[in-house]
Amino acid sequence: MSGIIGRKMATKGILNMNQLLLGSRVFASRTFSSSAKEMTVRDALNSALDEEMSADPKVFVMGEEVGEYQGAYKITKGLLDKYGPDRVLDTPITEAGFTGIGVGAAYHGLKPVIEFMTFNFSMQAIDHIINSAAKSNYMSAGQISVPIVFRGPNGAAAGVGAQHSQCYAAWFAACPGLKVLAPYSSEDARGLLKAAIRDPDPVVFLENELLYGESFPVSAEALDSSFSLPIGKAKIEREGKDVTITAFSKMVGYALQAAEILAKEGISAEVINLRSIRPLDRPTINASVRKTNRLVTLEEGFPQHGVGAEICASVVEESFEYLDAPVERISGADVPMPYAANLERMAVPQVEDIVRAAKRACYRAEKSVPMAAAA
Amino acid sequence: MEILFSKSRSLNHFLMRSRKCWHNLIPRHFESMKAGEQLNHAHNYKEDYHDDLNDEDQVSKGLALNMYSTMVALQTMDNIFYEAQRQGRLSFYLTSTGEEAINIASAAALTLDDIVLPQYREPGVLLWRGFTLQEFADQLFGNKADYGKGRQMPIHYGSNKLNYFTVSSPLTTQLPQAAGVAYSLKMDKKEACVVVYFGDGSTSEGDFHAGLNFAAVMEAPVIFLCRNNGWAISTPVTEQFRSDGIAIKGQAYGIRSIRVDGNDALAVYSATRAARQMAIKEQRPILVEAMTYRVSHHSTSDDSTKYRCVKEIEQWRTEKSPITRFRKWIEGNGWWADQNETELRGNIRKQVLEAIQGAEKVEKPPLKDLFGDVYHKMPSNLQEQERFIRDTIKRCPKEYPSDVPV
Repeated sequence: MSGIIGRKMATKGILNMNQLLLGSRVFASRTFSSSAKEMTVRDALNSALDEEMSADPKVFVMGEEVGEYQGAYKITKGLLDKYGPDRVLDTPITEAGFTGIGVGAAYHGLKPVIEFMTFNFSMQAIDHIINSAAKSNYMSAGQISVPIVFRGPNGAAAGVGAQHSQCYAAWFAACPGLKVLAPYSSEDARGLLKAAIRDPDPVVFLENELLYGESFPVSAEALDSSFSLPIGKAKIEREGKDVTITAFSKMVGYALQAAEILAKEGISAEVINLRSIRPLDRPTINASVRKTNRLVTLEEGFPQHGVGAEICASVVEESFEYLDAPVERISGADVPMPYAANLERMAVPQVEDIVRAAKRACYRAEKSVPMAAAA
Repeated sequence: MEILFSKSRSLNHFLMRSRKCWHNLIPRHFESMKAGEQLNHAHNYKEDYHDDLNDEDQVSKGLALNMYSTMVALQTMDNIFYEAQRQGRLSFYLTSTGEEAINIASAAALTLDDIVLPQYREPGVLLWRGFTLQEFADQLFGNKADYGKGRQMPIHYGSNKLNYFTVSSPLTTQLPQAAGVAYSLKMDKKEACVVVYFGDGSTSEGDFHAGLNFAAVMEAPVIFLCRNNGWAISTPVTEQFRSDGIAIKGQAYGIRSIRVDGNDALAVYSATRAARQMAIKEQRPILVEAMTYRVSHHSTSDDSTKYRCVKEIEQWRTEKSPITRFRKWIEGNGWWADQNETELRGNIRKQVLEAIQGAEKVEKPPLKDLFGDVYHKMPSNLQEQERFIRDTIKRCPKEYPSDVPV
């Protein structure tokens, strides 16, 4: 029964796809600006926070080192000077504490943006995120609303070991009541953070430390303070017809690189930037798979119960007859992140892994034992 | 009125015991309003320090009778709902027996603007504020009239209108939340504070530390009201902490703290009023540790006679009960007599039984309440699932329970 409904939704998805044609190659051809403005992800996040705080006095930022220190990763630079200590709060070291306090403030109508120095530390506060924030609107039958944003770097950085490298997308995306976003480019960062702050539901906003310093072109529309991106809509970063590659956050960049390599070998890969992990843009993903008939899911996190597993299940439920090959699932290795550089490199997906998987899906390579298999 | 902060006499004096039963309970020496004053046992109870209070802080006849009736209502409602669970009409219940003074007297000292974050043993605060017996019953039965739309298990009451946050099961999470609510309230510059309730066991949680520390640093107008009732399910306080109770912990965070006889309604009332004034005027947190005894089992899932002495429970249920003590005081003032008592209890009992019978007959919540409020706007996947289940019900109507509205 749900398959029939699903198919109807997938066809709607194709129409939406046309509206999503905002690939970076298209920007380069816009004629109203001779050189597209470039912005780092860090500046994109900072400007989004600044503009939202300016527009709504209820928005405030809270976390460790966000004020005087200008932010552990300088995302909140300049905000303390501009808005004062009432709206940019440096907290004592207690994730459980400031998350609980943020949730309490949200219960009473303020709009906190809580920063975790990395999402690994959010585990010390996860009870408040799930039991106090995510479930409150439902449990209170709409009496207690929680317009809160939890943001911070997620996933692997470089050489920081097991307790600083885990990707939490799958953990948070499993919980109803939360929205989970994962930007890639600067435009994603601006648009999605603004949407998250304005959203009345609790939002988990997963950034990436290594992307903070990367520059991306941004359109004039994206620079406007009223800009925002819809939550729950993926973006086709690169169109293709032979194989669909889904990715989010840093892995989108890797997928685009892999697509370049594949193109030289005659395989046209379609790269989908998920942007939103919960809700997942199932129509876009399914429409793409129905077009290409092959799917490679890509993520940095652990394989078991990961984002790729959910995407695979969704595609099998709704587009089974369209698949010409088994779904390929690329993920991080099923081990806590090792520190040594060579081991770390082997524990996260690399461009070569994506290329190989795409080729396997296209029957252009020997089917080997999957690298990141769960037990 | 000057509050002298508790250089508290050692709790260990009271608590030095094994699990053997005491027949001669050592009178609890702890300080209330006047430093050094001893409070006698229930038999020779003296509430006369109350007469030394200023006029505006005295409890008038009207207020006293209101408080007393509400305490009796709480006790009666607890007994009957408990029995209803035993009869299988409710899935779960949790009573506040023995802690009626903390519930009602603290609530009486607050205004409706003060925001309450409860743990789960404070329905008396809701009762004082105007939640009706019918509203309690509706939540317990999870019927269509329940404000929670049947989403929560019994005793998880909440009311936006009465400024009482919905009860949440994980312990102590309400403490840092209270600091956050107070932070938001501070920005509103209202003549109001936040009152957050918790038990002795809760103080072991990490959130207790975070909540108090933060409230102190942020100078948030919160009253941290601890119901030290001696037990956390089967864990007595000696196994919960080795500090001198909880008042000393508040002091450690730089929070002015007081220990009070939680079974003395007048003391709880005065302490809460003073705490509220201080919290609002000086914009700072205050900790009130109310000493009491959990006469009830932890809940209907517990039989406390398995880990503590029946004689001990009985003593606290009868002679040392806050209702007994307060009754002695109002009778002593000539405001109450036996026939008032019989009439009150009869009346309330009837109302509670009617509320139960009424709630049992009300329909359960409709199907749409399963899917709503997960997010502000129902997402497409839930809309799809709702359509799917409605289709299925249409096709197989016999499979769907006839007494549940669609």
